[in-house]
Parts: sequence; structure tokens; C-alpha cells
Amino acid sequence: MSTIASTQKVNWKGGVSPYNVSYGKLMMWFFLMSDAFTFGAFLISYGTTRLSASYWPDPNEVFDKAPFINAKLPLVFVSLMTFILIMSSVTMVLAVHAGHLRRRKEVAKWLSLTILGGILFLSCQAYEWTHLIEGGTTISHNMFGPIVDGHHTPGPAAFGAFFFTITGFHGGHVFSGVVINTIVLINVLKGTYDRRGHYEMVEKVGLYWHFVDLVWVFVFTCFYLL
Amino acid sequence: MEMEQQTTLAATLEDESAHAFDSTVARIWRVFWILLIVTLVEIALATVHYFTGMPPVLLRNVIFLSLTLVKAFYIVAEFMHLRHEVKNLILSIMIPLLLFIWFITAFLTDGNSWRVDRERRVTQTEQVSPAP
Repeated sequence: MSTIASTQKVNWKGGVSPYNVSYGKLMMWFFLMSDAFTFGAFLISYGTTRLSASYWPDPNEVFDKAPFINAKLPLVFVSLMTFILIMSSVTMVLAVHAGHLRRRKEVAKWLSLTILGGILFLSCQAYEWTHLIEGGTTISHNMFGPIVDGHHTPGPAAFGAFFFTITGFHGGHVFSGVVINTIVLINVLKGTYDRRGHYEMVEKVGLYWHFVDLVWVFVFTCFYLL
Repeated sequence: MEMEQQTTLAATLEDESAHAFDSTVARIWRVFWILLIVTLVEIALATVHYFTGMPPVLLRNVIFLSLTLVKAFYIVAEFMHLRHEVKNLILSIMIPLLLFIWFITAFLTDGNSWRVDRERRVTQTEQVSPAP
């Protein structure tokens, strides 16, 4: 106990990081914390609006299509998207791990698969948005209201506004993640991190990528499950 | 003799590195399976609820939110490695996030009260002015 206390005192005296991480990684953590509040604010305002409405569309009725299949399949397509993103998170951890062992080829392999996963996810999202927009759902209008005399009626306008804003903001994060991962992959292939002596850059983009996955876990629950 | 020792040392290091590699990779895949299974349970629950209406919405939502927090924990703790960082860093990240407790409670209560208030007024209007 006393050893821990004395080590901590030494740590706060300067010269070493009391957090035992580099400046860059610590700043990435702080950035992600602020980003968590941004997404948190979005999702909580969505929740507030939804709770204040007397009627809200059932996600099982809204998200019931998958490409190439002409049947009602609630949640199937979005489950695939979730699987792709979890999988790309796994390949990212494997890339970070290979970076610790300074195995350049393995880092490149796992990072490439992560980028592929990101692109696949964005393609799925593009399909989903296209399908919804073609069905008449926009940020100000949708037809997911209660069925009156066998006819669909307009649903709450906020539904489309929140859906496109939040999934769009998340998709924007995925897109920038893909771009940053690609830049890091180019540097891996060029041997930049071998010359630098460490693969910490892969860890930093890894943190960002896992955060994007984390946000999707909450978006998935709030929009597709609840 | 010296060279022999060096070879043994190198072999030991390689062994250790291979061992560390295996256990870390095994842990990564374990977390992957946890995340996948939790997601499949969520989807199964959503499907069962969609077709049978069971369990009740409130219970279903509590289960969904708990499972979401389980997934969030594994992503942050294992994939983002926060669990293995020093305590100072963990606390610096987690304590500010406690604000979310107030944030969620206050805003969701507010949203709910708007609906309750409006629905109450609608009922009152219907009571005082019957349709002609």
C-alpha cells in the first residue's frame, strides 16, 4: 500500500506521465470524452423528444428491408451492419497488438481489413438511407404514423430528423476513421513507424475506431431496439 | 558456451513473446464472442417481442439497456484497453461521464412530463366541451 502511495507521489512530481500514457494518447482520450458528450447530447435529446410524443414509429416496421431480399425482415440488415462494425473493431485490436510486437506486415494486414470493414459499413448505411429516402422519409417528413382506415399517415417529423442527424453524424465519424486509418496504413507500408521505433499511431487511431464502434452500440439500441 | 547461452536466451524470449501473443489474441477473440452473443441475444429478444408481445415493453427496454452497457464495458475496458491503464487515467475518464446520470434523468423526465401534461389537457378538453 505504502509502495503504491509513494510511487504515485513520485509520478506527480514531474518528469514522468502520472497517467503512464503518452501526451498523444491522453489527448485522444480527452477528445473521445468530449465526443461522447456530443453523441450523448444527441441521443438524450432524441430520447426527450420521443418520450414527449404520444406516438412514435415502431423500428421493426421502419427498418424491415434487406438488399436482394423481397420480404419483411425486421432488424436483419442492421444486425449485419452491427456485426461488420464489431468485426472491424476486432481487426483493429489485432492491428494494435501486432504493432506492439512491431510486425509490420501483420499490422498492414489487420489495418487493411479494418478499413474494408469501415467501407462495408458505410455502403450498408448508404443502402439504408437510399431505401428510406426513396420511401419518402426525410428530415421533415415520413409516413410512419399510425395506420388510419388502412392508410399510412404522416409520423412525427422529428423521427427522420433525429435518425438522419445521428446516424449521419456517426457515419461521418466512420468515414473520417476510414480516411485516418488509410493514412496510417500508408505510413505503415512506408515503414514510417519502424523508423520511429514504435507503432503508437496505430494505437491512437485504434482508440478512435473503437469509440466509433462504441457509439454504434448506443445508436443501435436507441434507434433499432427500443 | 556464451553463444549457447545467448541462443537459449533468444529462444526463451521468443517463447515468451509467442506466449504473450497467444494469450492476448485469445482474450481479444473472447471479447469478440461476448459482443457477438450479447448482440444476438438482443436481436432474439427484439424478434420474440415483435411476434409475441412478451416480455412487456418496460422489462424489454431494461434488458436492452443493461445489455448495451455490458457491450460498452467490454469495448472500453478491453478493446480500448482502459481496464489495464493506471487508476489515475481510469478515474479521469470515468468521473466526468457520471454527469450523464443527471443528464439522462433530468431530460427524459422533462420529455415525459410534456407528454403527460398534454394528454391530461386533451382529456380535460374532451370532458368540458362535448362534441356538438
